[in-house]
Amino acid sequence: MAKKEESVKLLGFWISPFSRRVEMALKLKGVPYEYLEEDLPKKSTLLLELNPVHKKVPVLVHNDKLLSESHVILEYIDQTWNNNPILPHDPYEKAMVRFWAKFVDEQILPVGFMPLVKAEKGIDVAIEEIREMLMFLEKEVTGKDFFGGKTIGFLDMVAGSMIPFCLARAWECMGIDMTPEDTFPELNRWIKNLNEVEIVRECIPPKEKHIERMKKIIERAKSTF
Amino acid sequence: MTEKEESVKLLGFWASPFSRRVEMALKLKGVPYEYLEEDLPNKTPLLLELNPLHKKVPVLVHNDKILLESHLILEYIDQIWKKNPILPQDPYEKAMARFWAKFIDEQILTLGFRSLVKAEKGREVAIEETREMLMFLEKEVTGKDFFGGKTIGFLDMIAGSMIPFCLARLWEGMGIDMIPGEKFPELNRWIKTLEEVEAVRGCIPPRDKQIERMTKIAETIRSA
Repeated sequence: MAKKEESVKLLGFWISPFSRRVEMALKLKGVPYEYLEEDLPKKSTLLLELNPVHKKVPVLVHNDKLLSESHVILEYIDQTWNNNPILPHDPYEKAMVRFWAKFVDEQILPVGFMPLVKAEKGIDVAIEEIREMLMFLEKEVTGKDFFGGKTIGFLDMVAGSMIPFCLARAWECMGIDMTPEDTFPELNRWIKNLNEVEIVRECIPPKEKHIERMKKIIERAKSTF
Repeated sequence: MTEKEESVKLLGFWASPFSRRVEMALKLKGVPYEYLEEDLPNKTPLLLELNPLHKKVPVLVHNDKILLESHLILEYIDQIWKKNPILPQDPYEKAMARFWAKFIDEQILTLGFRSLVKAEKGREVAIEETREMLMFLEKEVTGKDFFGGKTIGFLDMIAGSMIPFCLARLWEGMGIDMIPGEKFPELNRWIKTLEEVEAVRGCIPPRDKQIERMTKIAETIRSA
């Protein structure tokens, strides 16, 4: 297919870390794309048509191919557009990056929000559990500018979209200083570095609007089972 | 490192689909490995040392490298041992294989196991929901010998270890005919074909022992 005919669309949602990380990858690789905002929780007919299995964002449409699941999309983007690779070449290092990315979404996320809101065991216990998980990442990024080394990579995008630019907003709403400088010097340094990367800055949900929305989400979560 | 010094160890558990699928990949590629059986739920000091974070099997130890998470291990194996590739080359087809693999371990496992056992909305509803999910796989394998095409691949190993050789034993123990021939002709055909593959045959947990085990686990879940 001629380059002119190439079409990339991203169905996303401004506060979804899953959606934001895909934007980071597309921007890093300089891939022109059309962004379509989903007005969640209402689901557009387009979303239901493109992702009947999960009915979730992000959905990437590359020419006639539909892709969902952010990690799957990021890997696809890396293989399709070869400039600025986001995954290491070495099979073991690649496996480790994927491992920590899974850890962020599957271990940190489940303890990082709801258990705090519900605080059934007491909020201090919940906070400690989260900090224990974050300590693994603190170690991983020690001595590096980014998880990806000198430039941002897959894990920076997954962890960045999820932690400083999503969960940290919830923590701020709840008045929790989850990653104090003295306990997490490396993560704090990493966050500063991330904030200086232009394409990352463009993918950070606007803070005020985000915190306002978080407050509503927290209220709703508190009042349900 | 010379071939002679290469060392591959797999810490596994006979009834774990996550562990069995890694064995399928190693066998398919003819990789010699040492198998160490974990006697779960007792955890050996070796497991706790190798996987302090999750304390779960499988753990693959390749020379001095420790790998966890079955999907990641399979991808690693595919990149290190190039014979009989299990993932497609095409980025989109690879993405689809990964997508369905996640679907099986996340959606199908949840609906087809925990939700079914708890059956809060009623058993019939739980069965129907599981079947709806399985219908996606029915479509995926239509017209193909295997999900991987003419030979078994990544998705066959994941779906095979999880569905016919694990969940189906639970369903049998519960007296449920989850994938009847007339509703799921393609999946049934796929299962028959799969059972004839040598690399798979050696990785199927013994049926009766597993039905017994799954039934016990179901009891534990129900009474929790």
